Amino acid sequence: MISFPHPDDFLRVLPELFWCGFGMLIMLLQPFVKSRHFLMFLALLGGLLGGVGTMVAGMNGGSAFYGLIQMDTFSFFFHLLISGVVCLVVLSADSYLEREHLDAAEFYALVLFATAGMGVLSGAQELLTAFIGLELSSISSYVLAGYRRDALKSSEASVKYFLLGSFATAFFLYGIALVYGSTGTTQLNLMSGADPGKVLLKLGLALILIGLCFKVAAAPFQVWTPDVYEGAPTPVTALFSAGPKAATFALLLRIFATVPAATHFWFWSFWVLAVLTMFAGNLGALVQTNMKRLLAYSSIAHAGYVLVAFAAVTTLADRGTDLGGIPAYAAVLFYLLSYALVKVGAFTIVSQLGGKGEKLTTLEDYAGLSQRQPVAAAALALFLLSLLGLPITAGFFGKFYVFKAAINSNLIWLAVLMAINSIIGAYYYLKVIVTMYMREPSGEAAALAPVPFPLTVNIVLVVSVLGTLYFGLFPGQTLNFLLHRALIATAR
Amino acid sequence: MIPSAHLLTVLIFFPAVGSLALLLLRAEDHEWIRRLALTVATAEFLLSLLLLWGVPLGSSGYRLEEFIPWIKVAMTGGVPHYINYHLGVDGLSMFLVLLTTLLTPISMLASWHSVEKRIKEFFVTLLMLEVGIIGVFLSLDLFLFFLFWEVMLIPMAFLIGIWGHERRIYAAVKFVLYTMAGSILMLVGILWLYNVTGTFDLPAIQQALQNNPQILGGYRNELLLFLAFFIAFAIKVPLFPLHTWLPDAHVEAPTAGSVILASVLLKMGTYGMLRFCLPLFPEASHRCAWWVATLAIIGIIYGALVALVQPNLKKLVAYSSVSHLGFVVLGIFTFNTIAMQGAVFQMLAHGISTGALFLLVGMLYDRRHTFEINQYGGLATPLPKLSALFLFVVLSSLGLPMLNGFVGEYLILLGTYQVKWTWAAWAAVGVILSACYLLWSYQRVFFGDVTVEKNRSLADASSRERFILFAMCAVILWMGIGSSFITRRTANAVETVRQQMDRPSWQEGSAPTSPARIQLSVERLGTR
Repeated sequence: MISFPHPDDFLRVLPELFWCGFGMLIMLLQPFVKSRHFLMFLALLGGLLGGVGTMVAGMNGGSAFYGLIQMDTFSFFFHLLISGVVCLVVLSADSYLEREHLDAAEFYALVLFATAGMGVLSGAQELLTAFIGLELSSISSYVLAGYRRDALKSSEASVKYFLLGSFATAFFLYGIALVYGSTGTTQLNLMSGADPGKVLLKLGLALILIGLCFKVAAAPFQVWTPDVYEGAPTPVTALFSAGPKAATFALLLRIFATVPAATHFWFWSFWVLAVLTMFAGNLGALVQTNMKRLLAYSSIAHAGYVLVAFAAVTTLADRGTDLGGIPAYAAVLFYLLSYALVKVGAFTIVSQLGGKGEKLTTLEDYAGLSQRQPVAAAALALFLLSLLGLPITAGFFGKFYVFKAAINSNLIWLAVLMAINSIIGAYYYLKVIVTMYMREPSGEAAALAPVPFPLTVNIVLVVSVLGTLYFGLFPGQTLNFLLHRALIATAR
Repeated sequence: MIPSAHLLTVLIFFPAVGSLALLLLRAEDHEWIRRLALTVATAEFLLSLLLLWGVPLGSSGYRLEEFIPWIKVAMTGGVPHYINYHLGVDGLSMFLVLLTTLLTPISMLASWHSVEKRIKEFFVTLLMLEVGIIGVFLSLDLFLFFLFWEVMLIPMAFLIGIWGHERRIYAAVKFVLYTMAGSILMLVGILWLYNVTGTFDLPAIQQALQNNPQILGGYRNELLLFLAFFIAFAIKVPLFPLHTWLPDAHVEAPTAGSVILASVLLKMGTYGMLRFCLPLFPEASHRCAWWVATLAIIGIIYGALVALVQPNLKKLVAYSSVSHLGFVVLGIFTFNTIAMQGAVFQMLAHGISTGALFLLVGMLYDRRHTFEINQYGGLATPLPKLSALFLFVVLSSLGLPMLNGFVGEYLILLGTYQVKWTWAAWAAVGVILSACYLLWSYQRVFFGDVTVEKNRSLADASSRERFILFAMCAVILWMGIGSSFITRRTANAVETVRQQMDRPSWQEGSAPTSPARIQLSVERLGTR
């Protein structure tokens, strides 16, 4: 018997409705509106309303549409995070689009659609819904990656992302089929009683894991990342590195928190994934001379750090106690938050300094930046130090909590490996800082003039800088919220 | 005058406020920037003198404590766990803070004219460095300690990397990576400790381990934890095989950087050993003592031998630091009250003497822009005043009685002798060698005929330089004669460390007992 969904159900997907609605509105208005600032404003409004919608949805929490979507504090957090990211990305894209003479309306519409996809992904409680979210965000992303149509690299990025991405989604879909075959449902909250030893379930989950690992750029499924990050327009790269990653990790967490996955098998899978990813990212980044590629490899490495917390989630060690794996969940969430803030800020600066056609993205072009543009250099240095994990930045506490989670679960060796990776990472972050502050510009870089930073970009930077410092000095409140409220299925 | 309750916070953040004020000045106002920075640093020094009243003679435990819950990290069974903003000072940290606040204005004066580019940033960096260092010495919360320990790296790296000499970038990166490699392992250790004790607060952890050492879960864990902390500190000291960053950093750093690096930063390592390694992990410290002492002795002799053959004056001083710090580590790891007192004194004495040596080398560099010894020779003729002061400092560094170097070395050797005479014998070789390399290099630089024509017309010490050097020499002399002023005040802190080390050892059944340990514990009893 089919009944019409309860009105509350629509409240619970309010952010997605806003994002999609504004995306379509922008597309419709495109022929009539000439001002790109107005379009930016509309997109920003959409993003902000998404945030407001999240608040409303959070107050009316619960599952929607017969359990397809779950609005709990967990997805509340991710929706807020994603709407924050999208607002920052929209702001940083404005001057970029103007500089590159790109069409604004389609861009913002696609960004909003991708955002809606991420929202669905982080709220989905049913695998096919998750698949729809994944596809929505992915397909918009493929287009966005190739948005600089004339640039060869951008098209290459798009094609590469599309081919590999659809391959990965196929894995994901096949995984869903196998899980369905084994448990008889695609709804996550009905799977908690499943027998974790079943081969079919294991196989299905493994395929799902592979599909999602591709999206978060975990090794050995990370090879697309540097090329796509480099080729895509930089504001899009900022979106890629923060949004889909957070949403996909949200889905992964939800799956592995509900499905009985606290077994050695999953623990070792995450252990190996984490170690591979950290090393792949950090070692790869060591030899990069292009800022976008360097940050791309760094984001692979950071996915590895998050996976360390995942390994902590899946250990048996602290299951059954009143705390469960909660500190580890909180660590993942906090990490993603700090990471998103910093990455968006860093890519915004890279985008702004890139100059027309993004020609100035090599490390050499950053020589003497501290003299030329002291504020931009200081902000970028702060972001890099946060990625490095130096105290009084958000990144430090992100890393700190992951460390803590790992050690809580007695994963001392994994913590040590992560420590080693942090040091490798320190080298290339320092390399950039050294270039900015200690090297004199040579060759073409010597003739560079300071690039003016428009208001929109400055807002992004102020928000990221203040956020980075705030979460670096007073992470307690946020963490408490994450620890005690964002407990999703662990509360079972 | 009675120090107020928030003296420690003021001490830590006053330079930060000062550097913010500096940022407000225009970058072209060089003279005002220098003056303001110097005023801030001097005021900071005067403020820090209040500590002498804050830590009265004969007091034990921490004084002037400040305790504010800062970040709630977890909640177990309804009990919240906090990272605390916990500061405190005792006889040990007080003098290290004083050393820092004294040397910061001195090194500012020393760079008055020698630093010419990006002057504003230079002084801001120096002040921020001071913030970090004082924070390290005053933190009583492991997390806070780690935070300052890491934050301090960046200004130091900038000092080396921006205002240093030719290979400055290499040296700066090497410095950061070495220190970070150690400290990140220490972070793992800190978290592990938190995991077993449920707190980051040093006194609380100390108490918890004292009451029930079993929570560590076996000697193996204690050893691993000890190593996590010890390696971080050993890199900073630096202990023998981990010292390779030091010569590079010293040689490439500007004078002010070298002074702070040698005088204060290295002491953070030995301070950490005294404050954390020994009291928290006594058994591991005892069992590792033989290895540590051996490395320290190798460091003493190796550092001295390398210094002996150095053609580069600054590198020579740098290697002499490796040698002198070896003494400190040796003194600490004999666990003998006298030797540990000596180690603390030597930390301060080395800070002053080596700081002064670097200042002098920097002054020579300002005149000739080279550190090569063979570029000098016979400088006593054109520079009589400078060479006299140089000799004074050299003599203090090689341990002439009545000057500061003697007290520390003598106490260390005396205490070590009581524990193990062979160690003392080996270490004494270092004393002889230090006389060799210091006097020989002094002779090559200042005595004989003037070999390089350019050197004839060099200007002697200016009034600014004389002021700096006289101040340093006065401290050297005062520490040599009035050493009991310091030793009486550090005695209780050292004794506390010794008492904290008396913890029942792991059951004989749980871990195999090594012959070395039995021997050591017998000797410990003997010294009572």
